[in-house]
Amino acid sequence: MANDQNDILNDLTNKEYEYGFVSEIDTETIGKGLSEDTVRLISQKKNEPEWMLNYRLKAFEHWKSMKMPEWAHLNIPEIDYQDIIYYAAPKQQAKYASIDEVDPELIETFNKLGIPLQEQMHLAGVAVDAVIDSVSVKTTFKNRLAEMGIIFCSFSEAVQEHPDLVQKYMGTVVPTSDNYFAALNSAVFSDGSFVYIPKGVRCPMELSTYFRINAMNTGQFERTLLIADDDSYVSYLEGCTAPMRDENQLHAAIVEIIAHDRAEVKYSTVQNWYPGDKNGKGGIYNFVTKRGICKGERSKISWTQVETGSAVTWKYPSTILMGDNSVSEFYSVAVTNNYQQADTGTKMIHLGKNTRSTIVSKGISAGRSQNSYRGLVRVGKKAENARNHSQCDSLLLGDRCGAHTFPYIDVKNNTAIIEHEATTSKISEDQIFYCNQRGISTEDAVALIVNGYAREVLNKLPMEFAVEAQKLLAISLEGSVG
Amino acid sequence: MLEIKNLHASINGKEILNGINLSIKPGEIHAIMGPNGSGKSTLSAVLAGNPTFEVTKGEVLFNGKNLLELNPEDRSREGVFLSFQYPVEIPGVSMVNFLRTAVNEHRKYKQLEPISAGDFLRLMREKKALVEMDSNLANRSVNEGFSGGEKKKNEIFQMAMLEPKLSILDETDSGLDIDALRIVANGVNKLKSADNATIVITHYQRLLDYIVPDFVHVLYKGRIVKSAGKELALVLEEKGYDWIKAEFAQ
Repeated sequence: MANDQNDILNDLTNKEYEYGFVSEIDTETIGKGLSEDTVRLISQKKNEPEWMLNYRLKAFEHWKSMKMPEWAHLNIPEIDYQDIIYYAAPKQQAKYASIDEVDPELIETFNKLGIPLQEQMHLAGVAVDAVIDSVSVKTTFKNRLAEMGIIFCSFSEAVQEHPDLVQKYMGTVVPTSDNYFAALNSAVFSDGSFVYIPKGVRCPMELSTYFRINAMNTGQFERTLLIADDDSYVSYLEGCTAPMRDENQLHAAIVEIIAHDRAEVKYSTVQNWYPGDKNGKGGIYNFVTKRGICKGERSKISWTQVETGSAVTWKYPSTILMGDNSVSEFYSVAVTNNYQQADTGTKMIHLGKNTRSTIVSKGISAGRSQNSYRGLVRVGKKAENARNHSQCDSLLLGDRCGAHTFPYIDVKNNTAIIEHEATTSKISEDQIFYCNQRGISTEDAVALIVNGYAREVLNKLPMEFAVEAQKLLAISLEGSVG
Repeated sequence: MLEIKNLHASINGKEILNGINLSIKPGEIHAIMGPNGSGKSTLSAVLAGNPTFEVTKGEVLFNGKNLLELNPEDRSREGVFLSFQYPVEIPGVSMVNFLRTAVNEHRKYKQLEPISAGDFLRLMREKKALVEMDSNLANRSVNEGFSGGEKKKNEIFQMAMLEPKLSILDETDSGLDIDALRIVANGVNKLKSADNATIVITHYQRLLDYIVPDFVHVLYKGRIVKSAGKELALVLEEKGYDWIKAEFAQ
């Protein structure tokens, strides 16, 4: 059996990354390297107001004094920050009056990714913002949303059109000095998405951003700012892909979410950046700071993530539970195969009274990969009756991979109730044989078992994403029982 | 239907089956009995294609096909069903999902379209009644948290769903109380037809009161040392296996 499985393992780990194509799009880039001039040049290219430039410069100053964090369970070769291009954009001007003006190659790219940009053809009811390399190329359904007072646009556009909102909220959840990668992003970020849901409005459709790295030698630094005003609701999804390249590419993003009184935000991610080849060559370095604040009473933020891509993932979507009776959830499936490394988890910071958080993390390791859960549950002095339940499960496929759990708990109020459960399991040969005996092939059996294992998390995804995520899990892992 | 010729099999170099010969025709029920460690479960595992065992010699024909050349899933799709002695738990995978995948794989093999959701649920309801399964059992994960009796009923339920040509029941009676035993045996009897065959592996005569065999074989040290009609089981029940061991002691 071991031999059989190795054959299947070899077959399937040789399977090509489906999204690994490069599009021939005329791209405008600036020179490699990072200095104050680079920051000024980016700001100038984007025609930014002075406050924005000053924000960037302040962040850059911070960054220069900081060191790359080394506490994560990750083995990362030194990154030469002077060898990266910090700005790349499709050459045609970013403003399009209609879809006809967009570079056909660009449209083709998004068609290949299965992302329809043409509104009339788009029946799924998802409004899309597409960010390629550094620039947002198209935001759909904007006008329909605007009728309800919802703002959904690229970050650059928000800087121009809604400077008051951007200035009021940007950096309030993730300050420029927060961490090394957040500072870097704050200095050189190029674009991203901006969402504002006004008081009492339930956003009628899923809002979605697709991030795509295309150009060579470039880093992608996008930021997302999402504000849900009192009594509003929004469900937001993001997806990410990149071409296959031998080099490692850097991705360092920031997501900030602000939920006011009784607002609810669902934030879902299907991250499928290029993971590198089966020998660990190439792949995206994914360093992301995602944080939300439940600012108002009874507000709610739910994070759901399916992480299957990237050579290295460093990501901890977190929530500050400030409002009384606020609630947060974190549901995560992280899959690593071949030489991938992931150090991911969450932080739940309980500050308000009667705040509740739930953490469900499912790690799946295969090949020679390393998969770590790192989580912090902190309960402040004034957080009466805080409650947390954490569940961290690890599933190992084969005997050359690793799964690690690093839970931190810090409680300063003795009315808190904190629970932590953890399990580690393997897909056994007996389970595979049982499936085989019922007519199910080994590949299908693994997919069935892994999907069953991750079901609790997949169920949290919006329908159209859940199907995609299920397939993605199967593709990432097929046959990797060794 | 099934033709086993001089079958030898070993695990980690240790020979367990030592020249099995057995011929089974459609419509027949064969009981295989024998003391602990005689190779009964190994025989069923080898027929199902469990890769833990290595076939070192011999031949197995199933409806004219060389069974030993097929992988385990194709053996299943050809109509070989093994009711496991210790059914394994698969957390998170619902019985519905599991069986639908299995049924559709069988259909694909026969070049049939996948079964519709409605037909599948109807089929499940019908087959569940056969083994008196609780209706909610089918919504639970495969064997997870099932009692010993429920697990065995679940095996027969799956057998009913997949409609095999050859069913091998590996100590299906172990761990069953008398009521569960009757239910399981009834299920097996109802599924019996002139076209399919059953191998019943058991320690005890008890099960054979319900599932009446056409032939009883005694397996000892990896070989079939005695074959007779159903009355042989009664003799074994009365006298145990010592007289057989004595007969074959060298």
